[in-house]
Amino acid sequence: MVEAHGLVKRFGDFVAVDHVDFTIAKGESFGFLGPNGAGKTSTMRMISCISPLSGGTLRVLGMDPVSDGPRIRARMGVVPQEDSLDLELTVLDNLMIYGRYFDLPKKVIRDRARQLLEFAQLTERAHDRVDPLSGGMKRRLTIARALISNPDLLVLDEPTTGLDPQARHLLWDRLYRLKQDGVTLVITTHYMDEAEQLCDRLVVMDKGRFAAEGSPRQLIEAFSTKEVVELRFAPGEHEEVAPSLLELAERQEVLPDRILLYTDDGDAALAEVARRGHVARSTLVRRSTLEDVFLRLTGRTLVD
Amino acid sequence: MTALSGIGASGGPASSGPDGNIPSRRFTTPMWLRAAGYWAYQYRRTWRSSVVTSFLIPVLYLAAMGVALGSLIDKHSHGVEGVSYVAFLAPGLLAGTCMQIGTNDATYPVMGAIKWMRTYLAQLAAPLSVYDVLRGHLAWIGARLAIVVSIYLAVMAAFGVVHSPWAVAALPAAVLTGIAFAAPVSAFAATQDKDSSFSTLYRFAIIPMFLFSGTFFPISQLPAWLQAVAYATPLFHGVALCRDLTLGTVGWADLGHAAYLLAVALAGYAVGRRTFSRRLVV
Repeated sequence: MVEAHGLVKRFGDFVAVDHVDFTIAKGESFGFLGPNGAGKTSTMRMISCISPLSGGTLRVLGMDPVSDGPRIRARMGVVPQEDSLDLELTVLDNLMIYGRYFDLPKKVIRDRARQLLEFAQLTERAHDRVDPLSGGMKRRLTIARALISNPDLLVLDEPTTGLDPQARHLLWDRLYRLKQDGVTLVITTHYMDEAEQLCDRLVVMDKGRFAAEGSPRQLIEAFSTKEVVELRFAPGEHEEVAPSLLELAERQEVLPDRILLYTDDGDAALAEVARRGHVARSTLVRRSTLEDVFLRLTGRTLVD
Repeated sequence: MTALSGIGASGGPASSGPDGNIPSRRFTTPMWLRAAGYWAYQYRRTWRSSVVTSFLIPVLYLAAMGVALGSLIDKHSHGVEGVSYVAFLAPGLLAGTCMQIGTNDATYPVMGAIKWMRTYLAQLAAPLSVYDVLRGHLAWIGARLAIVVSIYLAVMAAFGVVHSPWAVAALPAAVLTGIAFAAPVSAFAATQDKDSSFSTLYRFAIIPMFLFSGTFFPISQLPAWLQAVAYATPLFHGVALCRDLTLGTVGWADLGHAAYLLAVALAGYAVGRRTFSRRLVV
């Protein structure tokens, strides 16, 4: 569906996307994971044929974005990072107007709008103005709007940023259904739980480049251990304790507020910490997540 | 899951394409017209008050300035350029109103569509190009001008100040006057980050033009250097053209006025293509 080689995006001297290659297959759910400023949005905007490339080649739906932008966009749904809804109009009117951009007959738009409102759980709000709706509702409406043209490819830029947990879970559920329905999804996010939930395959992006690529499971296996021990000590004790724990784990990360020990047997490591007489304020043994992968690859936490 | 039937690409290759499962249509709507459709759709919310305003403004102006003030002028100087003051003033106000509508619709709405409501960005994520977005918006401004001008001309006829069948041509002439402002102003608006520049535009360009471009009095009343300035403004040519058409004093000079307005509109559009691209395609 999407094929990029040596893709580059520059803004003046700043290189936002620095020679990246990727292929996204039909029906796949592909994620770009990275902190703010990693180049995710720039990549997405090039895939959406909204932003011209500075270098490299890109094929979307088998076509060239430079010469076939409108034809590609006719088969694609775009959910931008910031909503671009018409706040003064009603929920239904927003869908009706968007359908007209695709030159769909009114009757078709109306039928699809009814289904999509159901899908986005907005049926009761169909005739309300958009402005007073909650952030989650607006986001769901933006997604519904992107689906009005029955796209083969749905591109979502940070679909759940700024939403409360309930709203996020509802959105994930809706996106999961789309995926089940065979829609190819391209998602950017800086939440690892989102990436783990939704993406079959993802790339970790940092400073315009890909730091790693694979399924969430593959990435965790390749870049982290099975388990992680989190230890919190009293302020100031960190630096003192950290060196003496080095040999207990394959790898160690010292964060401002805690020490992470990477090991395949967390309980054993924790027992050994206690045996050596270190008293942590709190401890936690957990499975590795993408956050750990990210920390390993970029040396910092994901959401900063 | 039932809600999802028909949504998504589950139908495989057969359903690919926007119209995959829709009977094919004989005509496809031009892209710019789809963009204009948005503005028309939005107008449905406000058209009533807009039409009432378009009707009331000329009635009030022509009654107060044309008839009341005009009777005073007519008594003392036997009309202006051989016609009653109200007949002189009406086409001037018509052109001036078109200037104001063209400017209004190309300032805040353009900035809003870029920054606040992001309407343009939504359109660009659909199959429209940046030129479609610009052309569509200008086309809509033109359509809205046509509505206002039609009402205005009807009011003028009711006041008995339409002296010639040429007045029919004042409809496109007045619309062109409005577009000669909307095109360059939208090109300018797309370069601006804050709306404070718009009040500067009004204070130093639009309001002086409204007052001194032959709208309320012939520019022969101005000192020579100001006459030259007035002559260079698009509004002067819009006023002169509309006045000749409603009064039936049509001459070759009117072709020049129309050509000037057209040139300004096209130049504004050409610049707008650049500024819109620079702002929206990054």
